[in-house]
Amino acid sequence: MYTFSGKLKTVSLVLMIIGALSIGYGFFTAPKTTQDVEQAMAHDSGHHGEEASHGAPSHGDTAHSEEHSEAEAQSHLEHLLHQGQNRPWTAFFIAAFFFLMISVCVLVFYAIQWAAQAGWSIVLFRVMEGISAYILPGSILLFLFLLASGMHMNHIYVWMAEGTFDPSSENYDAIVAGKSWWLNVPGWIIRSFIYLFVYNIFRYLLRKNSLALDTSADIKIYKKNFNLSIVFIVLFGILELFMSFDWLMSLDPHWYSQLYSFYVFASVLVSGITTIALVTIYLKNKGVLPFVNNSHIHDLAKYMFGFSIFWTYFFFDQFMLQWYANIPEEAAYFWPRLIGSYQLPFISMLVMNFVFPILILMDSDFKRVPWFVVAAGLIILTGHYIDVFQLISPATVGDSWSIGIPELGSLAFFMGLFIYVVFTSISKAPLHAKGNPFMKESEIYHY
Amino acid sequence: MSHYEAPIREPLIIGDKSYHDISNDIAAPIEGKANKWWWAVFTLALVAFLWGVGAIAYTIGTGIGVWGLNNKINWAWDITNFVWWVGIGHAGTLISAVLLLFRQKWRMGINRSAEAMTIFAVFQAGLFPVIHMGRVWNGYWTMPIPNQFGNLWTNFNSPLLWDVFAISTYLTVSVVFWYTGLLPDFAMIRDRATKPFQKKIYSLLSFGWTGRAKDWQRFEEVSLVLAGLATPLVLSVHTIVSFDFATSVIPGWHSTVYPPYFVAGAVFSGFAMVQTLLIVMRKVSNLEAYITRGHIENMNKVILVTGGIVMVAYLSEFFVGWYSGSSYEDFVYLSVGAATGPYWWAFWALILCNGVFPQLLWIKKLRTNYTVSFIMALIINIGMWFERFDIIVINLSRGHLPSTWTMFEPTFVDIGIFMGTIGFFFVLFLLYARTFPAVAQAEVKSILKSSGDNYKRERDSK
Repeated sequence: MYTFSGKLKTVSLVLMIIGALSIGYGFFTAPKTTQDVEQAMAHDSGHHGEEASHGAPSHGDTAHSEEHSEAEAQSHLEHLLHQGQNRPWTAFFIAAFFFLMISVCVLVFYAIQWAAQAGWSIVLFRVMEGISAYILPGSILLFLFLLASGMHMNHIYVWMAEGTFDPSSENYDAIVAGKSWWLNVPGWIIRSFIYLFVYNIFRYLLRKNSLALDTSADIKIYKKNFNLSIVFIVLFGILELFMSFDWLMSLDPHWYSQLYSFYVFASVLVSGITTIALVTIYLKNKGVLPFVNNSHIHDLAKYMFGFSIFWTYFFFDQFMLQWYANIPEEAAYFWPRLIGSYQLPFISMLVMNFVFPILILMDSDFKRVPWFVVAAGLIILTGHYIDVFQLISPATVGDSWSIGIPELGSLAFFMGLFIYVVFTSISKAPLHAKGNPFMKESEIYHY
Repeated sequence: MSHYEAPIREPLIIGDKSYHDISNDIAAPIEGKANKWWWAVFTLALVAFLWGVGAIAYTIGTGIGVWGLNNKINWAWDITNFVWWVGIGHAGTLISAVLLLFRQKWRMGINRSAEAMTIFAVFQAGLFPVIHMGRVWNGYWTMPIPNQFGNLWTNFNSPLLWDVFAISTYLTVSVVFWYTGLLPDFAMIRDRATKPFQKKIYSLLSFGWTGRAKDWQRFEEVSLVLAGLATPLVLSVHTIVSFDFATSVIPGWHSTVYPPYFVAGAVFSGFAMVQTLLIVMRKVSNLEAYITRGHIENMNKVILVTGGIVMVAYLSEFFVGWYSGSSYEDFVYLSVGAATGPYWWAFWALILCNGVFPQLLWIKKLRTNYTVSFIMALIINIGMWFERFDIIVINLSRGHLPSTWTMFEPTFVDIGIFMGTIGFFFVLFLLYARTFPAVAQAEVKSILKSSGDNYKRERDSK
């Protein structure tokens, strides 16, 4: 039995408080009017130069009337205002999505272990169940964000802007209007609710049966979880497709990629497995997982290694195919990332998510050394946070992005909450999941 | 404590086998004589093969114009069959490499034949990129060889060139991987051989394998490294095959989901082919003890999973086809237009064979039934052929310009070459089944004491 140490509890609470204050600060300092934006630009002449070049393509025509360019400047300011206002929301969204999907993917990995009748990972089941406890609070926070977006409290989803579907409006966008059969707020909110509901209900049922198996060792309960896992994997596979289209791909409503959901899944899945490894190593150091040996760590590290390459495979497929064909409406997506202001995060995440893991985790002996796995894990998690960042931010904050108090604050808040919820849940049940027919195989597991 | 296995796991070797029984069972087809059925099927396959050789010779001698291709649909059966055969080959590597990485013991009964199937299927696939060239004799120009044309080189930007590298690497690595695994088995046949000629042959084939501890240690290490290399290889090979289409700007072809979708489809169709062959083989070669109902069920489960991935990819294609708002995307493969257009029968054949029928395998009674599994495997192979045909032909038949819209009609030469490759495949596979140990005896012996049903029973009764 693990007891949530006071020290860790304090750390998580401090993270949450600092995070919450920083989030508040982010919202408080976000520009309110276009005057604020102008003022900020005047203060920051370096930024102004960047802005001028950013606007260059649309200002290329010199035959503008004075009046026209005045209106254009005003609309440009409004554009920058929206980006500035989006920044704290985006920071919140990135961290909320990242941590929620980590715990959902841990549940997916857990379900796969059940369905595959794995013999090595049973000793890690309680760790996985603990991490998936974050799904409930994480879903609530993310759903609040989605509701707020749906109620026009921010400009995160451009297709929600007023008049997008209205031909008589200035905001009318024919391409997006053509997608209104899918991209409309009520449908989008209902679908989001379904995704979150499925994650939560399966987490609840799988955990309940797993705890019941502890006391009864009834093969019927084992079979129940086996079947539930399969249903969950199938449902998740289908819903994940639409989830990533709804929550992320629709941020750039003109762009589309058939591979998108596979890519997003690979990114969050490898983060989830990494999190399992990190929590396991932490608990093992605390001495509460005596039945976990370094072969189990080795296996987790192999999954981190393998799925890092798997992610890179999807990254390369999506990027290369659109780069190669260079069809304008698709290639535009990679413009800010490959050439524009997101170049640094875009390239650095590739190094962190591919080059480092492949070098660090190739050696079999290294995969058994906990601090090595932790080091690789921290790089992978940072890399995939940046991955989610570059998925979301270019569409919402655009060139006005930076990593500052709002971003780090959101990260701290959700990390604190994550630690608090996960370790509270782990301390609630014995770490040795009795009653599973493969438990003995897992205990004597040696690779 | 050694050889512990959870009692809930099903035995993988049935019928009270000992190590010696395993050797006897596996060597029997090699040491015995072929019966008349073998000769009958072999003759049939040989005739088909020779017919195919004739069709190929006719094509090369006369010109590509003897095929049904036209100005717009300039890829049809040739590339369809190419992708189909490469796809079929993928299951072998999946079984031998990926399942090794996942430590699936049930792969040991089937990996040898699955790999043989891979190699023979890649042979067939490799024919098509060559014979579909207008000038076959200049085929070596695809190789970056220093030459007297002022060192005129290949353009490395074309996925067709990547195909050359992918397929040749894939074949080489598969052969090496397969052959390494065969060494201890050839040694076993060598040691049993009584006829001097046979002894000579298997001595040569087994490279002087003596089975020392050091040899085994290195053998295992090489297998693991090759499995680790073959896994990304198998993914990349079919990915590169999918790039032939996905890098283009043809609506319906240009799609980012193609790489994983082709790979999943390859494993899907490949497992179906393994299923087709093994269900017959276990009967005629008396390997029922090693290729059990459990093996068939497990393969059906893999078929279900990969079929599911293919379905999600269809869903993605279908959804994005609408979502893109592109009027061209709404007209092609996996769109409303395809379902109602002139190739509606090919479209629905795909949906039924790949999407609808395999879902029956969710029912345990059906997926553990040999006959149902066999029929289902045939259906899937037909469905996957249609998938490739649909991707290639439907998209080419209705392109950007309505004035280029046309239909494709295969000629007897198209069909003859395809039949020929099927014949060639079976010629090779039938010869293999009589001369090679069809089950990896060394590997099966390593799981006998953990997963043999006699040993399991003994443990459970304690």
